[in-house]
Amino acid sequence: MDIIVCVKRVPDTETRVRIAQGQRDIDPAGVKYVMSPYDEFALEAALRTKEERGEGDVTLLTLGDEGSLETLRAGLAVGADAAVLLKGNVTMDGLATAKTLARELADRDAPLVLFGVKAIDDDQQQVGPMVATLLGRPCATNVASFQVTDGVVTCRREVEGGVEVVALELPAVVSLTKGPSELRYASLRGIMAAKRKPLEQKTVAAVPSRITVDGLDYPPPREEGRIVGEGAEAVPELVRLLREEANVL
Amino acid sequence: MGDILAFAEQKADQVRPVGNEVVSTAARRAVELGGSAHALVLGGPGVGLGARGLGGYGAARIRAAEDNALAEYSPGAYASVVADFVRSSDYDAVLFPATAQGKDLAPRVAALLDTPLAADVTRLEVKAGELVAVRPVYAGKALARIRIQASPSVISIRPNAFGAEEIEAEGSVEALAPKIPADDGMRTLELLAPEGGSVDVAEARVIVSGGRGMKDPKNWTLLEDLRHALGPGTALGASRAVVDAGWRPHSEQVGQTGKTVAPTLYFAIGISGAIQHLAGMRTSQTIVAVNKDPDAPIFGVADYSIMGDAFEVLPRLTEEIQALRAEG
Repeated sequence: MDIIVCVKRVPDTETRVRIAQGQRDIDPAGVKYVMSPYDEFALEAALRTKEERGEGDVTLLTLGDEGSLETLRAGLAVGADAAVLLKGNVTMDGLATAKTLARELADRDAPLVLFGVKAIDDDQQQVGPMVATLLGRPCATNVASFQVTDGVVTCRREVEGGVEVVALELPAVVSLTKGPSELRYASLRGIMAAKRKPLEQKTVAAVPSRITVDGLDYPPPREEGRIVGEGAEAVPELVRLLREEANVL
Repeated sequence: MGDILAFAEQKADQVRPVGNEVVSTAARRAVELGGSAHALVLGGPGVGLGARGLGGYGAARIRAAEDNALAEYSPGAYASVVADFVRSSDYDAVLFPATAQGKDLAPRVAALLDTPLAADVTRLEVKAGELVAVRPVYAGKALARIRIQASPSVISIRPNAFGAEEIEAEGSVEALAPKIPADDGMRTLELLAPEGGSVDVAEARVIVSGGRGMKDPKNWTLLEDLRHALGPGTALGASRAVVDAGWRPHSEQVGQTGKTVAPTLYFAIGISGAIQHLAGMRTSQTIVAVNKDPDAPIFGVADYSIMGDAFEVLPRLTEEIQALRAEG
């Protein structure tokens, strides 16, 4: 069974975001880009599924500019078999992204398509279920782990502190959150092998964004706080302030 | 024109507080657009009865789709029923809560309606007759001002970021006859609920978060005690460090690789405040930090700080809050 993992290149979480001139985007200078962490969980789940079944290819799919080649190569080094870059603009309009991906996925017959539950840049949690809806496939989101048997993928979803177990008929779409599995890292041999794996680049027709970004701003600074005191003796005063000044108790 | 539809999330056929917040937000913006707010609630037979109170949050009309197949959330059926209803009406915008359910549902509805979704919005205004939204990006390290160039626009709003205002008004409940789609290829096998039905950290009104400074997972009993003292609606949170160490589940993680939150009150206990954690919680209304390290970055965003040992401060804090609760 072939699996396609949709991934996105994003700034690393330790990045100190600086807004570029014109206030439409962030300044890419000095930013370290990585595969979005949830996409790494999805890739790990795909590789484990392939190992358990002993068959099938894992293909990475992304929409982005040539910078994304680096992200795809990193995924190939970790163990994916092939990768596809759809060259185009990624915008805040997740539906535009979903349409581009869905068009490509419809042409490929992978029964299982995986996403990270969210990309940590725009943080919208939407492209996976949108792609599923466009393709008319069932979709489970926020899945910590899954198992594939007899044309069905059984997923453990994280819901409001509990776990929901759902079964989806294949072909299906699953979005992954952090699960029980440890991530593997690229070995030197993996990095060398990645150079010989297929890495396809296609230019795709752009789906225009219907979300206009008027500008980016820094979050307003919080009002100067105060040190209430030291140690347990400060607690009564803290509780008084929370009740009488902040009105939150 | 100018009407806004609010999806009123319910649980056990009662509208959840976040449902009131979505309706109230829709009502306040609809007035500025020269329209009115309508509420849509999906659930089992009787859910309309449980939604009557939405008039008091500004819903001029309350539409209830009642069916046994809608008693529990089911993505295929819910998305189809909501999209059908929106298509049959003329709304400028459809609002969802950015809850666990809303984050699953809103993208599907948006895809069915072929309209973009602005997710997890923290501010919504009307400027020159148009809805303008603000949504955090990079987990809140920056804020994007956006407009949706399609009608209706689909928007999900961050729980607790807008508040709910009660007004003197009543709304009328009208029943809808929902058309439930055939098999959507998805079946729920079982629901393993947590004991006591805990609150999701992304929706909690109060969050008690612990970090490395708690020293050992066993010490979480101290945070549990504080959570209980603070009462229902309080959730436990955690820093990435303690989740990575396996002390706490990832579902509790607050920050860029966890949940971004906006509670009324956030306690950061033994959390130094890495940039990706601060990004995820800085929109909290009031932040309290307890930390031994005077240089901890968390003190830079906290409203009230206690410098000191969490193991001395926590029991006293729990005690004082219990005493306050006992006074009523």
